[in-house]
Amino acid sequence: MTEVPDSEVLGPGVADAPTGGWRTATVSGVRRPIQRSVELRLDVHDRVDHLPGQHYVVRLTAEDGYTAQRSYSVASAPGDPLIELFVERLDDGEVSTYLSDVVEPGDDLEVRGPIGGWFVWDGETPALLLAGGFGVVPFVAMLRHARALGRSDLLRVAVSSRTLAELPYAEELMDAGALIVLTREGHGIRPAGRLTAAELVPLWEPGQTAYVCGSASFAEAASQLLVGMGVPAADIRVERFGPSGAPT
Amino acid sequence: MPTPTRGFFGRRRDRDPRLPPGQYDVGGDWPVLTAEPTPRIAPETWSITVDGRVEAPTTWTWDEAHDLARSEYRGDIHCVTTWSKFDTRFAGVSVDTLLEAARPTAEAHFVMATSKTGYTTNLPLEHVTGGKAWVVWEFDGRPLPIEHGGPVRLLVPHLYFWKSAKWVSKLTLMTRDQPGFWEQNGYHDLGDPWRQQRYQGD
Repeated sequence: MTEVPDSEVLGPGVADAPTGGWRTATVSGVRRPIQRSVELRLDVHDRVDHLPGQHYVVRLTAEDGYTAQRSYSVASAPGDPLIELFVERLDDGEVSTYLSDVVEPGDDLEVRGPIGGWFVWDGETPALLLAGGFGVVPFVAMLRHARALGRSDLLRVAVSSRTLAELPYAEELMDAGALIVLTREGHGIRPAGRLTAAELVPLWEPGQTAYVCGSASFAEAASQLLVGMGVPAADIRVERFGPSGAPT
Repeated sequence: MPTPTRGFFGRRRDRDPRLPPGQYDVGGDWPVLTAEPTPRIAPETWSITVDGRVEAPTTWTWDEAHDLARSEYRGDIHCVTTWSKFDTRFAGVSVDTLLEAARPTAEAHFVMATSKTGYTTNLPLEHVTGGKAWVVWEFDGRPLPIEHGGPVRLLVPHLYFWKSAKWVSKLTLMTRDQPGFWEQNGYHDLGDPWRQQRYQGD
């Protein structure tokens, strides 16, 4: 059990993080690299470039004006001419089932973004990234941005998934040198099992900001691992997924 | 009205009238959404302070807060991430009770709620007075779980739930509005779910 001191832990995030209003996005590409999910490539008209870690809202409107909207982290780097979203298909998900089952290239979607100034990487600060499952999406944007800047050295990554087949961007993450933690199957010499502090210690360096993204249970476990290792709570930024798959 | 999205019909039409626009009923779940590691706060180390533009800055310990008149909220809560939860039951003390003791001055118009973690959120004073806001330590008759802000959180159920600061420890009365944590990060200063005030500019 950890006592967080009575001090300012949460700051304002990245100053002047870009914010965009409602836009039309034309669907440029639809892929399904892994099961129960969809990768959408969107041409956002009159786009405001994002910072890695920010998200977009997608709003769907029925003929009678009924709307449903959800937030999705951006996977693409700011330099990418398209916005890439990677959406987990939830069986009872009103928006994710539409995006996964119905959307085709050429469709127009109503989107809003970029949004968020807290779970954002500035491209300069050393960072430790811990993701569970679809929590990898904002980190893929950070890794791509770092590569574009020639600063891949700034980022250390550990990702956890039940199996490799269920992990979005698995190859790209392995190419980036991410620690791959699988809880239901072995990976290389690593047996199946949860992420441990012993695995994280070599990735941690003072001065890093730690970013944790995943389900509520993953985020809680991973952030408490970090706190237990002595990482100051002030240096840990957490993004938890709700049942909608929506961050923040 | 925006152009309809091709092939989107939506889940239901017989929407519960308790559901603000753009929200869905999360049912029995209660999602956890926080930006920082969950702090472990022992009740005996927790206290609530009302300060700033008040005549009598006051701090209550856990026991002292429990000696105040108990007050309950029964009703719905709404999160900006689009879930709503019906028929919740919270208990604690009305913010009115705390303010009666601390006595806001005539120039107090806004409140900044601060948590043990440093999380902050800003509220107009008239949105936390008149039986609209509580400091709560009970949910459904049991101690408030830590992941939901236990031992004690703010409860302002008529606004989006990020205004109901978890692990609340201070209410500071202010003359002018200042943005809190999410408000500095793109979210709305008031956050009325019935007007869909999700982001700055809504």
